[in-house]
Amino acid sequence: MKRRRFEENFFKGIMIFCFLLVASSLGFILFIVVMKGLPALNWAMLTQTPKGGYYLGKEGGILNAIIGSIYLAGGGTLLALILGLPIAFYVGVYSRKSKIADWVRLSLDILWGVPSIVYGAFGFILMLSMGMRASLLGGIITLALLELPIMTRAMDEVIRMVPRDLEQASYALGATRFETAFRVVIRQTLPGIITAILLAFGRGIGDAASVLFTAGYTDRLPGGLLQPVASLPLAVFFQLGTPFPEVQQRAYSAALVLTFIVLIISLGSRWLSNRLSRFAHE
Amino acid sequence: MNNLKTAKQLNSFPKKRSLLRLSRGSKERFTDKLFLSISLLPVVLIALLVLALWLRTQPIFESQSLWSLLLGQTWHPIKKQFGFLPFIAGTVWVTLVAMVLSVPVCLFSAIYLSEYARPSTRTIMKPLLDLLAAIPSVVYGVWGMLAIVPWIQKSFAPFMNKWLGYIPFFKVNNPTGFGIMAGGVVLAVMVAPFIIAITYEVLQAVPNGLRQASLAVGATQWETIKFVVMRQCLPGVIAGIVLGASRALGETMAVLMVVGNVPQLPTSIFDAAYPLPALIANNYGEMLTIPLYDAALMGASLILLLVVLVFNILSTLILSRIVGRTWT
Amino acid sequence: MDAHVQTIDLNAYYGAIPALKNVNLEIPKNQITVIMGPSGCGKTTLLKTINRFLELTDGTRISGKVLIDGEDIYGQGVDVTEIRKKAGLLAQRPYPLPMSIYENVAYGLRIHNMKHGRELDQAVEHHLREAGLWEEVKDRLRSPATGLSIGQQQRLCLARGLAVEPELLLGDEPTSALDPISAQHIEQRLLDLKNEYTIVLVTHILRQAKRLADYVVFMYLGEVVESGPARQVFESPQQERTRAYLEGQF
Repeated sequence: MKRRRFEENFFKGIMIFCFLLVASSLGFILFIVVMKGLPALNWAMLTQTPKGGYYLGKEGGILNAIIGSIYLAGGGTLLALILGLPIAFYVGVYSRKSKIADWVRLSLDILWGVPSIVYGAFGFILMLSMGMRASLLGGIITLALLELPIMTRAMDEVIRMVPRDLEQASYALGATRFETAFRVVIRQTLPGIITAILLAFGRGIGDAASVLFTAGYTDRLPGGLLQPVASLPLAVFFQLGTPFPEVQQRAYSAALVLTFIVLIISLGSRWLSNRLSRFAHE
Repeated sequence: MNNLKTAKQLNSFPKKRSLLRLSRGSKERFTDKLFLSISLLPVVLIALLVLALWLRTQPIFESQSLWSLLLGQTWHPIKKQFGFLPFIAGTVWVTLVAMVLSVPVCLFSAIYLSEYARPSTRTIMKPLLDLLAAIPSVVYGVWGMLAIVPWIQKSFAPFMNKWLGYIPFFKVNNPTGFGIMAGGVVLAVMVAPFIIAITYEVLQAVPNGLRQASLAVGATQWETIKFVVMRQCLPGVIAGIVLGASRALGETMAVLMVVGNVPQLPTSIFDAAYPLPALIANNYGEMLTIPLYDAALMGASLILLLVVLVFNILSTLILSRIVGRTWT
Repeated sequence: MDAHVQTIDLNAYYGAIPALKNVNLEIPKNQITVIMGPSGCGKTTLLKTINRFLELTDGTRISGKVLIDGEDIYGQGVDVTEIRKKAGLLAQRPYPLPMSIYENVAYGLRIHNMKHGRELDQAVEHHLREAGLWEEVKDRLRSPATGLSIGQQQRLCLARGLAVEPELLLGDEPTSALDPISAQHIEQRLLDLKNEYTIVLVTHILRQAKRLADYVVFMYLGEVVESGPARQVFESPQQERTRAYLEGQF
């Protein structure tokens, strides 16, 4: 009996330890990024583009990357939404439980696990075949592909939660499926849809491997859809690659800015969905 | 209550005329077709990914066979020698080390959350895992370079070398700290939120009656978990681990920044390695300047894609049977 | 009367909501005690306090005492697994463990390290016979328990519960998920077993209560309205509410 109770307590202890280890790793990561990133962070970093000699440690900032990332992730999210919303509605409202819906869900789940570097390579092939070069548009398309499964699956999950009788009530009043989807279901699921959009945006803005091939990099602010564009993750990556400590310091600051943006989006979407769902359920 | 509100919303439908001045019926038929065709996009996209990478890889088979590619050990693009073995080995090593570090911790955490933790602890954990999953790959890389690599270089590697250095597996041949171990630690933390979330869901899908059946004959909670809950969940847990492994396999930037990037066949966990994603990301700039180089790199992407596809399809099918979904 | 289980001023709460109010009961040894009452009256909650299952639900609280053989099962230093071993459970639905028929019955014996080898085989056979399942499964002891019909599964669960040699047998509407013939099977088993075990049964089926009960507890809104020997309660209930329930007014 003593042995059994010891075993119980022993494993419970291990579990609590593991749990605390995982929970504290987030704190550890944030601590390191803040500690190393804060010293070099200043106003000029956030408001200026790189000046001549920036990569040797001279003046300038990463505004090009901040704006570029917002353009890239914003465009990618918009494109993913244009494609993802109809898919989520088709799967969730038009033909729930059909074979096609199952196949679409399965493919989305599979796409969700495809590494971003593979999307990058695919985007690169796509651009070559269209005769494009690394550009904002290329990055947007690639990010949209990356974000599509994340966003659509998240929307699908909330649409599934809509009570069946709500839809039935709508059909009973003579509404078409399109009307049901875009007038009834969308109102009920708006908080969830916004969360899904922000989730995808957060994933898009932090991704480096997919834009590496397709968006290029430039010290200037984004010029147009067909111009190359800088991004925050790559700003971190490239500045770390220089041999100058001052520049590496700035890489840490850029990482801090990126982390900050992503955390705000993650926490914000949680807050927003909590607030909005309170209204939705009246 | 809900229905009442809906009825009010619906009443306004017929009054508004559709923008295109189509009848509602034909508009419905049009959107049906449109939505169906957009919905087929994901299915088509998978096929396109494989096809495009396959076609771009083709040129390399003119000079080399599949086996010499997969088993070749020399990587010398200018001499048209493209042996993938060091990169495949690097990927396997880093992924395995990451999984060995991550899986036990994740399983215990998920079991704790599902079986022991109070509801308040559970509600904290969800946003915490979300945040951990939201941190960008490069930030993990920065963390690895600043925290993990120095720790391995100064403490962990010398310690292991001193006590276990006679085993090749733990011998330190590379004093920099950049290597498989660093990549493994960073990846272990990166995949943790996925594995925990999936395992947690699989555990939650076990009916409580089954736990109670075991507790009722006087089993302790741990015995119930060990003999009943885990046995019931095993397929799902394995699927979750496989899904985690496929994430680790394809992870690029964070690994690239800490793993050392030396194309060799590693023998120790402290050796530098050069996983496939790092190979692709590091050389994209030159790939169009050297003949066949682009085909080789696309081939690397294709290998990665195919392995990940197999892993994902298997685990997704298993999981969809257990919990009805895989998305966390 | 020889009380096997006794509750003293027992109160139970789900959060702030009381589920049991001042329950004082004596459950006689080696008889079938039936707890009846309309749904939501707290009869399952009462049953769950006897094997300390109530604490498995988050936010539940208990005050008062539950004594088995005069020992307070909520007392200091009491090993909850010993209590649960003493009080076998037959749940609403059968939950065969994810293992073979044999292993299901042997499970508790292995956990408590009670029997080994040949002895274990004999015990498994004995308890499968006790549950009236042996003849049906003796040729496929090694096949998964989930392959049995639902009625057979419930008898397997009975055998699994009996294997650890409990003193009490708690049944939480154990026939509610079964077809009439399987239900009859279980009822017959319970009648056979009552000489060796104290049986406490929760049911909302009045006819079943009448068929099985030696002693009856009638509950309503968390309170024990009336308890006593079956004949007395069924034939001349003392309380108005009991009478109303027996006449089918709930």
